Amino acid sequence: MKPTDTSNPEYFHKVVDCQWGCPAHTDVPSYIRMIAQGRFSDAYMENRKSNVFPGILGRVCDRPCEPACRRGRVEDKPVAICRLKRVAADHRDDITDRLPKAPTRTNGKKVALLGAGCASLAVANDLAPIGYEITIFEALGTTGGLMRTNIPTFRLPPDVLDEEIGYILDMGVDLKLNHRIDSMKALLDEGFDAVFVGTGAPKGKNLEIPGRYDSDRIHIGIEWLESVAFEHIKKIGKKVLIIGVGNTAMDCCRTSLRLGAEDVKVMARKPRGFFKASEWELEDAEEENVEILVNHSPKEFVYKAGKLVGMKFDLMEYNIDADGRIDRGTSTGEVVIPCDDVVLAIGQDNAFPWIERDLGIEFDKWDCPVVDETTMMCTRDGIFFGGDSAFGPKNIIWAVEHGHQAAISIHKYCQGEDLHDRLPAGLNLSSQKMGMHEWSYSNDYDAITRQLMPHVGLKERFKKLNIEVELGFTAEQAVEEVERCLNCDIQTVFTEKLCIECDACVDICPVSCLTITANGEEDDIRSRLKAPALNPEQALFVSGALPHTARIMAKDEDLCVHCGLCAERCPTGAWDMQKSTILIPYAADEAASGQPQTATGQAK
Amino acid sequence: MTYIAKPRISHPSLPKNELGLTTRDYEGAVSTLCAGCGHDSVTAALIQAVFELGIEPHMLAKISGIGCSSKTPAYFVSQAHGFNSVHGRMPSVTTGANAANRDMTYIGVSGDGDSLSIGVGQFVHAIRRNLNMCYLIENNGVYGLTKGQFSASADIGSKPKKGLPNQQEPIDPASAALALGATYIARSFSGDKEQLVPLIKGAIMHSGFSLVDVISPCVTFNDHEGSTKSYAHTREFYNHVANIDYIHPSEEIKASYQAGDAMPIHLHGGDTIVLRKLDRAYDPTSRAQAFKLLRERFNAGEITTGLLYVNENRAEMHELMHNIDTPLSQLPYEGLQPGNDELRKLQGRYR
Repeated sequence: MKPTDTSNPEYFHKVVDCQWGCPAHTDVPSYIRMIAQGRFSDAYMENRKSNVFPGILGRVCDRPCEPACRRGRVEDKPVAICRLKRVAADHRDDITDRLPKAPTRTNGKKVALLGAGCASLAVANDLAPIGYEITIFEALGTTGGLMRTNIPTFRLPPDVLDEEIGYILDMGVDLKLNHRIDSMKALLDEGFDAVFVGTGAPKGKNLEIPGRYDSDRIHIGIEWLESVAFEHIKKIGKKVLIIGVGNTAMDCCRTSLRLGAEDVKVMARKPRGFFKASEWELEDAEEENVEILVNHSPKEFVYKAGKLVGMKFDLMEYNIDADGRIDRGTSTGEVVIPCDDVVLAIGQDNAFPWIERDLGIEFDKWDCPVVDETTMMCTRDGIFFGGDSAFGPKNIIWAVEHGHQAAISIHKYCQGEDLHDRLPAGLNLSSQKMGMHEWSYSNDYDAITRQLMPHVGLKERFKKLNIEVELGFTAEQAVEEVERCLNCDIQTVFTEKLCIECDACVDICPVSCLTITANGEEDDIRSRLKAPALNPEQALFVSGALPHTARIMAKDEDLCVHCGLCAERCPTGAWDMQKSTILIPYAADEAASGQPQTATGQAK
Repeated sequence: MTYIAKPRISHPSLPKNELGLTTRDYEGAVSTLCAGCGHDSVTAALIQAVFELGIEPHMLAKISGIGCSSKTPAYFVSQAHGFNSVHGRMPSVTTGANAANRDMTYIGVSGDGDSLSIGVGQFVHAIRRNLNMCYLIENNGVYGLTKGQFSASADIGSKPKKGLPNQQEPIDPASAALALGATYIARSFSGDKEQLVPLIKGAIMHSGFSLVDVISPCVTFNDHEGSTKSYAHTREFYNHVANIDYIHPSEEIKASYQAGDAMPIHLHGGDTIVLRKLDRAYDPTSRAQAFKLLRERFNAGEITTGLLYVNENRAEMHELMHNIDTPLSQLPYEGLQPGNDELRKLQGRYR
């Protein structure tokens, strides 16, 4: 193998699994250390830089960081990264002074953002401070998009939304509520320099089976949740069936319980393990005694005297092959399950009836716009998409990242720059050595297990719709949980010319991730390490030829706990623990790197 | 040394031995030796060897004297028996322990100071008795614990960190052991576990006295330019003569050994070691050839390593003394102490 190029920011970035797994690349280990030091406001600002909505995401993020967390491979459970984010948000001081501000004079460029959801707000957050004139058009009477309409208030309190959205609107954004755009053509005629579409995937999927339209007690999940959020719907029948087992289904079943339902069943077509819902959302629903029935495929709605009384299902049986793939299944019988109401939560679709098809905006066979994944621009110059409206339903944190990228593109487009000529990510490394055996971080492995989130009691929580179930970590819990972070951003940095091949690092490594061996092909080296490197997803570091024997130092990154013992036992300092900071460029960085954008020179 | 303890987590794909243990289960306390000390590598090789042999920790005894080397027993197999004895007296203590319980595995860890100066008499007589033990010398040519004075194994012309080069003739433990009739003599280097681990395994399984002389650089006081026991010098003048592969009784001897290059040697316990000779003409069962080789290579400034000499035909201490197979420690009190009447009868025979 060729020596690993650790000067490429991607290498060390990938070692920080949580940050790499996060679409917005939030610097998780850094903010967790800030929390450990009681610097909640700093931790909040570190989060805000990348994910814009720490208080919101600290409650409802899809947490791609947690399945990625190295702690989950070393032990069972990952660090509670998401809920630590909430700790930062809960305990921060007033940070309004630290927020970016719009310059006193704009740069004269006008940008229209459609939809006041997370994607558009992220664009506004990046562009308003560098001088752009932002107008947000929102069809509804409130901001937040699906964060407000589809996420129940017992998971995400409205005041958290208002506060974090307020930070952005206060940057001088022109918000036009109750202002549905019915024609893209008409909007384009208004003379905006760029348009960003962040209108989400607003159409809930329907279930076309017999009896679908014979009752008004059959609801489409996201529409029903929206009606609940706006208090148009205040109650539901005793027996409720939720069709589908994604995160929306979890919100639907838990909301039903708060509107008077007593028997809520979630009907899953496939077995457990093939559910779309996140593991923790399933746990939260089951804690509230929601029953999840597997292998039930909806067949028809059942009526008695014109009234919906139940639903008929095929009982399914599936074959799962060695690779874990499931077949289409076969029916082994039927069953009727009684119900008063049915909520369909089987997915969402994009819908763009308001975009004329002769504007040069291409749509694919699923009626989604054709969007460049890097620039977020569609096939018509100057029109950008982000969030669910770009590539179909994803999640909030992806929408935020789309917003960041779209903001960079909009800036470049408005300045006449090449959209693809974007600033690369950078890398800073700094040694964390403080003394003979002292490091600037808590390097001792703490065997403590993951903290459980305290919840409001099972009786208390159903009294009102908007009682937030999760109480947030206590101070004591936060202190314990932060110690579970392995500080993966404190990198093991190797300087081969200093190595005397004494084996001290190899012998001390608790997880046997180091080996000095002859060079070879990657598969070969992986197989003859001290402990074979069986996780191909994780990189293998390989040094150049060592000075004494021309062998190589190999490190399997998979389970390294970043304890620093290799560096402590190294007599020559060939190993050092260095903090890697991945420098992610934003629109403000692009602005600062180019010409001054405004007469006042406000660029950052 | 290190302040934090080595975390008790381990790699899930770490191999397990026949007892279901991993190398982590054979570890001891975290070393307090200097970072980069060769002795720590020797410790790791010892852990690897006893792990691979599947030795039950309670059937292992670790004995040492005084010196940096003699701290080693604290750093491997915490659950085993251990005795940190007086300077140079490790062989006596091991002799006593072995006399009482011949069933256990004995690993004595000593240094060049402990064995070749204050304890040289003990070293000599353990060999003479053919005590069944693995005698490991962590040989770095200096007294590291007292800040780097030359030891008896320092080579002529080797430079100290400060002061004048050594002028006295070095004692080579391997040559000395050969002269004294040791039955398993090996030399290796702390930085070469591929060679060292099988040599330690062979030494543990050999019936009788086995010497493993390990060049183990003192990273603080003897790893500079001009030192003949530094990492760099050892690697430069390192010379493999005959490596071995240890073959467990349950394994078959692989056919890949070419006649003339490889020589299987059957140990008493049923194990086999296969010598892989890098010098075809060399016969490690010939004492005369071993003498010649050691002398010639020494004069050429080379460090001869590998299994230098082996003799499976000599009886070890218990056999020489015609002791019973049962360890004395397991005999009932009456069996060990025949009583006054028997003693008088015995004395009567000599009146």
